[in-house]
This record gives sequence, C-alpha cells and structure tokens, in this order.
Amino acid sequence: MSTAHDPSRTSHYVTDAYYADLVAAFADWQRDENIVRDESVCTAARALLEREARLLDRHAYRDWLGLFAPECVYWLPGRPDGGDPRREVAVAFFDRRRLEDHVYRLSTGVAWSQIPRSRTVHFVSNIEVFRAGPDAPLMVRSNLMLSEFRAGDSRTLAGWCAHRLARQGDGWKILVKQVNLLECDQNLRNPSLIF
Amino acid sequence: MTSEPTNRPPSLLGRPRADYDWDHLVREDRVHRLVYTAPDIFDAEMTNIFGGVWVYLAHESQIPRNDDYVAVRMGLRPLIVLRDSTGKFRALYNRCTHRGATLCREAAGTAKVFQCAYHGWTFMNSGELRGVPWPEGYAADLRNSQFNLAQVPRVESYRGFIFGTLNPDAPALADYLGPVRRPIDEWLDRHPGSRVVVRDANRLKFHGNWKLAYDNSADGYHVKFSHRSLLEMENRFRADNEKGMSFYKDHPDEAPMYVRYFGNGHHFKDKRPNIEKRPGALWEIEGTAPGMEPFEEEIRRRLGANASRALDLAASEPVNINVFPNLLILGNHIQVIEPVSVTETNTTWYATAVVDEADELGGTVDLVNAFRMRTQEGFPVFGEVDDATNFEEIQRGLAAPEDEWVYMHRGLGIPGRFRTEADGSITGPATDEVFMRETFKEWKRLMAEPPAIEIRREV
Repeated sequence: MSTAHDPSRTSHYVTDAYYADLVAAFADWQRDENIVRDESVCTAARALLEREARLLDRHAYRDWLGLFAPECVYWLPGRPDGGDPRREVAVAFFDRRRLEDHVYRLSTGVAWSQIPRSRTVHFVSNIEVFRAGPDAPLMVRSNLMLSEFRAGDSRTLAGWCAHRLARQGDGWKILVKQVNLLECDQNLRNPSLIF
Repeated sequence: MTSEPTNRPPSLLGRPRADYDWDHLVREDRVHRLVYTAPDIFDAEMTNIFGGVWVYLAHESQIPRNDDYVAVRMGLRPLIVLRDSTGKFRALYNRCTHRGATLCREAAGTAKVFQCAYHGWTFMNSGELRGVPWPEGYAADLRNSQFNLAQVPRVESYRGFIFGTLNPDAPALADYLGPVRRPIDEWLDRHPGSRVVVRDANRLKFHGNWKLAYDNSADGYHVKFSHRSLLEMENRFRADNEKGMSFYKDHPDEAPMYVRYFGNGHHFKDKRPNIEKRPGALWEIEGTAPGMEPFEEEIRRRLGANASRALDLAASEPVNINVFPNLLILGNHIQVIEPVSVTETNTTWYATAVVDEADELGGTVDLVNAFRMRTQEGFPVFGEVDDATNFEEIQRGLAAPEDEWVYMHRGLGIPGRFRTEADGSITGPATDEVFMRETFKEWKRLMAEPPAIEIRREV
C-alpha cells in the first residue's frame, strides 16, 4: 500500500483492518504444502536474514531499518501463541515510526540500558520459506540464538522468528518481523537490545 | 491427635541472624547499604513486610469466575489466589501439606480440585484435604484440619485489588490503605463503570534489591536524567507540541506537580496538576504510538464532539500511586514488585483495559483498548529499562563495604518546603525525597518489631 504520508513521521497504516490481516497472516502459515522449493527465492530469503543478523551485530541500525518496507511492523508477542495485539500488550509492537524511535533512542548517547551497549551474535538457522500462493508475501521461519555480552554479563536468548517479506523495487523487504522468544511471557532482564 | 499451632513465635521467623541496630541503619537523612545488600535482612523482610502488612496479590479481573485461579507469590511464598466454588476469594499456599511439592504448576486456570503430582493427594479449592491414595495406610485422622492446605488467613479486596496479610493484628485493608484510597478511587473512576480489567503484562527483571524499585516509584528527581533518552525520543520532532513527560524538561520543582506521603509507606506522585483539567488535555500530550492517527480519526468520526473522553481513556493517566510494599499504579499500569532474592527483583507491569458495559463510548471500546495497549507498551521498553539499569548499577556500587551510606535527604531541613495536610499526609515539591525517608521510618518500625504472623488451615 503506498501512501502520501512519511511513515517514519506519521503512522496511518496500523488500522483495525491491518491488525486483523496481521493476526490472520500469522495464525496458521507453517504448512508443509506451502514450502517454497525455488532455490533462488530461498537463497534470497536466507541472504536477507543473514544480512539482517550481520547489521544488528555490527550496530548498523540505520542500514537495518533499510531492510524493512516503509510500512512495517516489528513484533515481539508476549504470548507463546502470538496472541492478538489488539487485545493484550506485547513485549514490543513497533510500527515504522516507533521502530525509528527505538533506533533514535539508542543513538542519543544517554540510553543507559545500552551504555555500554550489548555486544551480540545473532545465530540464524533452520530457515524455511513458505508461500500461500504465487503472489502472496513470503513467510520465512528461522530459529534465533542470540548471545549477548553486556556490562560484565553474558547471556543467551533463544526463540524463533517469522519474517513476512514482499518484493518491493529490486528486492525483498520486511513487512513484518515477529520474534517469538522462549521466555516471552516471563520476566525479562533488559530487553533494550534489538532482537 | 493434636492440631499444629497456627501461631508460630515471630522470633523464629522475622529476626535477622545479626542483631542489627535499626536506628543505626536507618537515619533521618540516609540509610545504610546493608538494607539493600544483606541476605538476612532480605529474609526478614519476606516475613515482616511481605507477610506482616497487606500485600497486593492479584486483580479480581484475573479470576473473573468461581473456580478461577492465578499463581502468584507473596514475598517468596508460592500462592494460588482464587475464587473458590462459592465465590470467596482465597489465597492458598501452593504447597502440598504432605511433602511440600507445589500443587499447581500453571500460571492461571480453572479448577475445583488440585491434585499433587507427587503422591496424588487432592485438595478442594477451599484448601480442604479431599482425599489421599490408600488412606487405610494412615493411623492419623486425615479429616483433621492440620492436613488442609495452609492459607493466608486474611484476604480482602479493595475495588478489584486483592490483598492478603498473615498478620492477625493488621487493621482492616481499607484502614491500612487510608488516604491513598482517594487517588486509587480517582484513577478507577475515570473509566466507564469505574473499573478496569487486566490484559497480560510487560514483565521485566533486574539484578537489584526490590526497594530500589519502590524508592523510585515517586521519585521526581531522576526523571530528567535517568529517562533523558526517552524525553529526547518523545520530542525528536521539535516542531511538534511537547509530548510525554516533557513537563520535566525545566526545573520540576517549579511545576505544579507534587509528591505526597500518606502513611504506612504509601506515597503518590501527582503530575495531573501540570495538565489542564478538561476533556482532551491528556490526549494532547500523549506521545506517539503505533496506529495513533487512524485511531484518532476513527474516534472523532464516530463520536464527534464526544471524542475526547474515548481519546483520554487511551492516553496515560499522569500519576504514580504507590501502595507499600509492592503495588504501583502508574499511567494505566498496575505494576507489581516481586522480590526474587536480595539482589534480584521482578517488576510486572500489568496492562489494563477499559470495560464499557453501558456503552458510554458509543461502541468504540475495542478500538480504545487496542490503542491503549500500544500506549502502555512504550514506557516499559523505552523508560523502565534505563531505570532498571540504574538499579543494577546501584547494586554494583553498594558492593563497596566501607562506603556505607545511601542519601535521601533532598528537601530535609529546608523551611517551608513541606505542607502537612488535614489527614496527616505530607506534600512536597516533585523532586523531594521526603516520601523515601518516611517509608524507611515505616520499614524500620516493621523490621525492629516483627509483627505477629499466622497461617490458617481451617476452611
């Protein structure tokens, strides 16, 4: 959907209809019959996820934002089943503007939860690509292991991600990144890093 | 068969191993680092405070029907808070009488009976022992109440907030709350039906003592510094009107907001006077959140001149209402402080939603709640993370044994800085630490004279 608005400045696309479509799209998509076998598509999806991991680990957040479509969502559900973000709070539910807020905050030099900043390694594996039809967005499932060192402490967080990708311009862009942490419904220490 | 006495001597429960001089540790202007770092003081707090006073347990909306339960902790005690089959609120110890295993291992659910996974003892949700496998193997009379589950002897609710205490001498809950009831009432009464319901939570953890979170809860001094990145973020488009917490950007003591100490450790930071008292004023300062523009357009289209109330209900109420020791009502959150150890604390920020049974919002309540979820997600992940980091860095700093004192003397000794209200409450400027000093006086009283503690097994 194109818009005259600048979605980093104003937020016009997260409507009730958008939520309904999002919840439906993330409900029952991991179907064997929808696995994509086309090597070029799978390779492109894998390259995007690996590039994303590299940009995050290099703290290249502006470049990372460039992987997302102008109208996008970054979503960490607070329930193992994803839930419905209209009904309950999530760990994070960021539209483009709030995602840019997040990156802006980390760049202020006074975001104490990231001073010193987290050193991370995002391990991405078990990538499977799904597509409900020839013109449907790609749905990419991957496993995430996130090793973090910060302020003298190391920890490992794990979970799985769902990336919803659409072809825009000359490549794939992230419409939605959903991160399902194993401990999404538990008390989480310092979730200020980007997952 | 004699019944186990329910009154155990407090001396076995509440006394720290070291014989502390509490007047030495808690002074008028400062407290000793040990109050945040000593494991035996923490152990005593878990009885004297998280047992000896009314402790917040759960919200009624988490257990809306008979036989609903939610697993919580009261200090370190695992509890099952429930409505029993007759509708009575109870807080059962989640601990099988037989060998001590937890009975309930789900976070929430519905059950008339709890069965222990270890040897199959079953208990009614009144706490009564229902049966044991092969009872002929027991000479003892299993109908004796000593084999019922332990339960918190006093459980009361104040307008949806369920509290429990083990102290038979504690005042009635309403009297314990005292004047903090007024801001709680006002916080509830802005909603249709004068109530809210809980909808999941943002759950955080920090490696620090629980009191660091409670000290922070009415602290207007830290905001401009600890939350500087959030203040800059909320106002990153400088052409826009000032949003969020921007009333902290100048000298907070020159703003109309104030802090107030209510007694019994309860306090209040009231930022409402910074904002004009008219419909729509809250909405105008609400920081941006996902979907804000289409939400506002839709509400205005559907409600016209009556849109302001619905918009304000999606915006954050600028108060911090702090009920000692563990309930912090702030914005639209019901935050609960859950001690884990002397150096680890969970803070669980329960989100609240509006219920509109009388349709005061013209059919827009689901839209209001959807956006209200987004406004509530902001502070935990953009604001509280920086406070929690500072709490952790305090705990690191307090590792230095010779540097003993933590100061909380801002405002102390300055003539005319405080006002005593008719109900005995003390009011001071927004950055004042009077509320911390007064709370520590109450803390010292509870630690120096351990309250009576008892459990109950009779149903």
